[in-house]
Formats: sequence, C-alpha cells, structure tokens
Amino acid sequence: MIPLSHYLVLSAILFSIGTAGVFLRRNLITILLSIEIMLNAVNLSFVAFGRAAGDLDGQIIVFFVMTVAAAEAAVGLALIIALFRHKESLNPDAFTSLKW
Amino acid sequence: MLALIPLFPLLGFVINATMGRRLPKAVSGGLASLVMIASFVVSVMSVWQLASLAPEARGTQLPEVIYTWIASGDLKVDLGFRLDQLSAVMILVVTGIGSLIHIYSTAYMHDESDGEFARYFSYLNLFAFFMLVLVLGSSFPVLFVGWEGVGLCSYLLIGFWYKKKSANDAGKKAFVVNRIGDYAFLLGMFAIFAQFGTLDFQSVASAVAALPKETGFGILSISTLLLFIGATGKSAQIPLYTWLPDAMEGPTPVSALIHAATMVTAGVYMIGRNAVLFSHAPATMLTVAIIGALTALMAGTIGLVQNDIKRVLAYSTVSQLGYMFLAMGMGAFGAGIFHLYTHAFFKALLFLGSGAVIHALHGEQDIRNMGGLRKDLPITSWTFLIGAIAIAGLPPLAGFFSKDEILFETWMAGHWILWIIGVITALLTATYMFRLVFLTFWGERAHGQLVPAHPPSPPASARQADAHAHGHDHGHAHGHLHDAPPAMAFALIVLAIGSVTAGWIGWPHAIGGNNALHSWLQPAFEAPVRAGAAEVEAAREGGEAAANIAVEQTLMLVSTTIAALGIFIAWRIWVKRRIIADRFAETYPGLYRLLLNKYYVDELYDAAIVQPIKVGSTEGLWRAFDVNLIDGAVNGVASIVSSSASGLRRMQSGSVRTYAGSLFVGVIVILGYYLWR
Repeated sequence: MIPLSHYLVLSAILFSIGTAGVFLRRNLITILLSIEIMLNAVNLSFVAFGRAAGDLDGQIIVFFVMTVAAAEAAVGLALIIALFRHKESLNPDAFTSLKW
Repeated sequence: MLALIPLFPLLGFVINATMGRRLPKAVSGGLASLVMIASFVVSVMSVWQLASLAPEARGTQLPEVIYTWIASGDLKVDLGFRLDQLSAVMILVVTGIGSLIHIYSTAYMHDESDGEFARYFSYLNLFAFFMLVLVLGSSFPVLFVGWEGVGLCSYLLIGFWYKKKSANDAGKKAFVVNRIGDYAFLLGMFAIFAQFGTLDFQSVASAVAALPKETGFGILSISTLLLFIGATGKSAQIPLYTWLPDAMEGPTPVSALIHAATMVTAGVYMIGRNAVLFSHAPATMLTVAIIGALTALMAGTIGLVQNDIKRVLAYSTVSQLGYMFLAMGMGAFGAGIFHLYTHAFFKALLFLGSGAVIHALHGEQDIRNMGGLRKDLPITSWTFLIGAIAIAGLPPLAGFFSKDEILFETWMAGHWILWIIGVITALLTATYMFRLVFLTFWGERAHGQLVPAHPPSPPASARQADAHAHGHDHGHAHGHLHDAPPAMAFALIVLAIGSVTAGWIGWPHAIGGNNALHSWLQPAFEAPVRAGAAEVEAAREGGEAAANIAVEQTLMLVSTTIAALGIFIAWRIWVKRRIIADRFAETYPGLYRLLLNKYYVDELYDAAIVQPIKVGSTEGLWRAFDVNLIDGAVNGVASIVSSSASGLRRMQSGSVRTYAGSLFVGVIVILGYYLWR
C-alpha cells in the first residue's frame, strides 16, 4: 500500500505548481487553470487523509470543493470574457486602473 | 391655602405673558394689580389664622406640603410652604407693598405700548411669585428656587428698556454679581446637608440647637459664612453691593419694589430664618455685624454727594440694609426684621415719590436741575417729606423705632465701635435725605439748567424722556408740572400713612409700649424644641426690663438729637448757604472726588477682576490656549493622518498579482508563526 506521505508530497508538489502558475503566468485563463490545480491538490490531500482515517468525511468535503470550483470557473470565465471585451487583452497587468 | 398666595401672581404672570400683547392696558395692568390684591387678602387671612391658632403665639406654624419634590436616598425635599411669624411679616410686606406698587405702575408705565406694558406687568407678577416662594419655603432648596427666581426677575426688570445699552449692562452686572453670591450660597447649603443630613429649616434648627455654641471657626462658621456671602450678593453688602446703584436703570417702581422693599431684603430674611444656626456661629455673627456697619457707613458717605435722585436713594438702601445686617449680627433678629419692615414702607414711598418727580419732569433725574417743586407737586413733596423724616429717624415715625432698637441692641451687646458707626450713619442718613428734599422741593426751580439740559438728553434719562414726552409735550414747554396722577397719588398716600404708623407695632417698653412685633417674632428665631432655652430667654428679658429702661431712653434721646442735627446741617447747607457745600468740595477736592466716584470700587473691581479676566481670556485662553493648543491638536491630527495616508496609499497598486502575492506571503507568515512557535 502506498503510504500517506507520498500522497501528501504529490499534493504539495501540485499546489506549488498551481501557485507558481498564478504568480508567473501572464494569461488570465492560465491563472484560472492554475487555481484549479491548487484546488485539486487540496482535494487530493483531503481524500488521502480520509482514506488514512478510514471514513468518508474527506470525500464528502471534496464534493463540496468541486461544486464550488465549478461555480468559480463559471463566474471566473464570465469575468474574463467581460474584461477581454473591455481591454482586448488577457494580461492581468493591463487591469490596474483601480488604484490610489 | 398657603399655596394660593404665590399662585395668584403666577396666574397673573401666565395670562399677561401669553395674551398680554393683545390686551388693552387697563386689563393687563388691572389684572396684575388684582392678583396682587387677591394674594394680599389671602395673606391677611392666613396670618389671621396663624395668629388665632394659639393665643400665646409660641412656636405655632402653618405647614403645607404640596408634594415631595426630591426623594433620593437620604435626601428628601418637599415642595412645602410654612407660615410662621417671620414669614407672616414678610408675606404681608411683599403682597401689601407689592399691590401698591402695582397700582402705582399702572399710571407710571402708561406711556409704554400695550405689549411692553403687559411684559412689564408679567415680570412684576413673576417677581412677586418667586418672592413669595422665597419667604414661604420650608427648606433651603425651596428658598433657593425663589432666591434664583427673584434674581432672574431683577435682571429682566433692570434691563426692561433693553434697547438702551446702559440698562442692559446694569442688568448683566446685577446678574453676574448675584451669581457669585449664589454660588457661595449653594456651597453653604451643601455644607449644611453634609453636616446635618437635612435641608429643612426646622430640622436644621433643632439639630443645631442640640450642639453647643461654636467657639472657634468650625463647620457651622464656614457654612453660615457661605450663606452670608450669598446674602451679601442679594442684599447688596460689601463686597458685592456694586450692582444695586446701577440697578437704578430699571423703571422706578421696580427700584421701589425689588431694589428697596423686598428682594434686597431676602438676605436679611434668610439670616432671620436661620437665626438658630447663625447664633451658634459667633464668628460669623461678628462678621455679619461688621460688614453691615461698614456698608452702612460707606454707602451713607457716598449718598452724601451723588446727584442722581435715584442713586442717592439706592445708596441709602444699601446703607439701611447695612443697618439690618448690623442688627442680625448683634443677634437682634427681631430688630433687624423690624427695620426691614419699616424700611419697606418709607423706602418704597421715597422711590415712588422720586418716580413721581421723574414722571413730572419727563425723565429728569439730576437733582441739580430740580428745586422748588414743592409748589407744583404738593402730594409728591409732602409724602416725600414724610418718607424722609421716617428714614431720618424722628419720633414717632416708623424709622425711629426700628433704628433705635438696632442701636440699642448694639449698645447692649457692648460693641461701642459699631454703635458709633451706627450713630454716624444715622447722622449721614438724615443729612443726605434732607439734602435730597431741599434740593428737589425747596428753593427755586433751576429753570435755566433744566431746559438746556434736556434736548441733548443725558443717557440716564433718555428712555424716560422718550417714554413720557409724547403724552406731556405741552407741559414741557412752559414749565407747568403735573402732580402724580390718581393711581400714583393713592400709592404715595397709603405708603405715607404706613411710614408714619408702621413703627407703632414695635413701640418699645421703655416709653410705655409693649413691642408687640418683637414678641410676635420671637418664636420664629428659636429652635422648635426649646429645652431650657425658654428660661434663659425669660431671664434675659426680665433683666433687660429692670435695668435698661434708662439706657434705652437716653439712647433714644441721642438718636433723636442726631437725626435732628442731621436735618439741621442739611438745612443750614442746602437751604441757607449753599456755598458751604461748594466751598467744602473745593477745600477737600480729593475727598469729594473719592466720594463722588464711590471710593473707586467699581474701578477697583474692574482693574482687579474684570480686566485680568478679559486679558487672560483674550491673550491666554483665546490666543494662546484655544488657537495653539485646541486648534493645533485638531489640525495636527488631521495633517498627520493625511501625510501618512499619502504614503500608505501607494500600497493600493491596482495589480491583482501584487494583491495575490501579499495574500500568499501573509498566509505563509501566519502559518509559519503557528507551526514554529
């Protein structure tokens, strides 16, 4: 059987990839995808913990996370479309007019 | 029934204050006088009831509690009235003389417009209400309500002609000076409550009666001294007397009612009301007597050289109040109240007489521009003369008995310095009063000065000239003068009769009387529970009767001679050889100026108190404290906020990735803290 630590290491790696994507990429859609990777990294550790504990609590929370992620993707994509129509760009640095 | 006495004037006030503007003068003035007369009738009935309660008239009272006003912890104050022998004298004076002055005012103020006329009478009724609350109140707080209320009415009536700056200033001065005294009075009340846990006059008196007389300077002396400072404010004694002469800016009937007969005697009444308390504090009593004597002397000397008819009377009032305080300080409470009572008659008469003169002369108040009015104003001059004889103290007029009793009591108390001051003051009183009489009514009318002095209307008389001129222009031109109209003449004559006869109820034992007033008042000055005090009293009276008749008769002779001498001096100087006065003024110009300028006390107060406060407020509190510290603090906080904000707002870059980055770093830091601590 694969020990719990392997799952957690994989989850941490995935989370770091997602975080790096959010900070380093210059495309809003890519950033949104990176956020999905971070969410799924968290899902992975939930499921792993749930299995280690021998109950279903982890899996139930994952369902909730997936629901929220689906809603978030819908709202996020709609916002991205609206922003694109406004500025003809997907670069997040283009949208900095809301400042001091 | 007691509550009705103050309620009648209150009713008159409410009606005149709300609807007076639309009422004709006859209705508003008539109503105001009528409520006073009603109040007088109820007072007489109440006093009659009190007198018939117990034939021996010892310690009987009519209490009446309206409702419990304050109930908080140990403190319980009833809004209650109590009619005892002292209050009985006071309510009769206030309502009786008050009624006469109301009637007089209907004629005197007739040239005012309807609204002003009603305003005047509403104030006058309100004053009567508060004054009656003051003298009927059964505890310090109730007395204090009246005390403050009469101060307010005094302010309103001094400043009645509010379009004139000097009247406004005089009103404010009276109010502020009184406030100083009232502050001390409040502190005195607090001290008494702290000491005895009650503010009811009777409870305080019985609590004090159980204590021995204070020998040093303890809590009783402190609290009574504070109360006395309150009395010096209200009753115009040194050092707070300066407002009273200025208060003559008000209409003359107001001067008669408030600033001669009733309100200014409130301080004397207050000491009489707390006779037991005060007589347990000998230190305070001596202070009261000395202040009273000094005030009497000082005001008397000032009165000798003043030229404004009302100011002479004002200083005379201050001087006579000094007499009353002298009596109070000597422990002769009965004599003090007796003088209060007789003084109310003849001083009201003198003021109303001067009002009639001013009325006839269309606002002229300077006695140098009068003279010879005896022929034109017979009623005024004869009644004025009676008032002057009464105040000078010639028997058998009212002033003689009361003044003589005070001097006798002072002599018996062994304070011969105070007695000499009293006698000198009596001489001065007779002299300045007859100077006034001779300059105003005797000699030749100062035609040459009167007419030119008038058109440029000196500020002191401007408003009355305005007020009266339109009704009497015809009389003004060829110098024909009208004597007092019927309403005024009525008040003058009644008061003149009073000035002659009022003293007779205090006819001393020494010349075959029974001094009814003295024995009537006596129970009011004793503690309600008299264990042993009665015998002491009886012994004192017995000894007095046996040994002192000769002394009293001698002193009577002295004071009569003094009064006659004063009148003679006045006659010699101002009727026979007027040049003497001028020559005297030329020989001692310094003394003359000192007196004419009232010892420069106003200037002294101005330099010592008013100017420092003014400069301190302008330069210190305004320019330094307010501008620099208060405004500086407010503006400083604002500029610190705005300058730090202009730096901090750079953080709001608008870049989503910067925000995400700071969020991430923040989460790491917090997690790191919890993991590694």
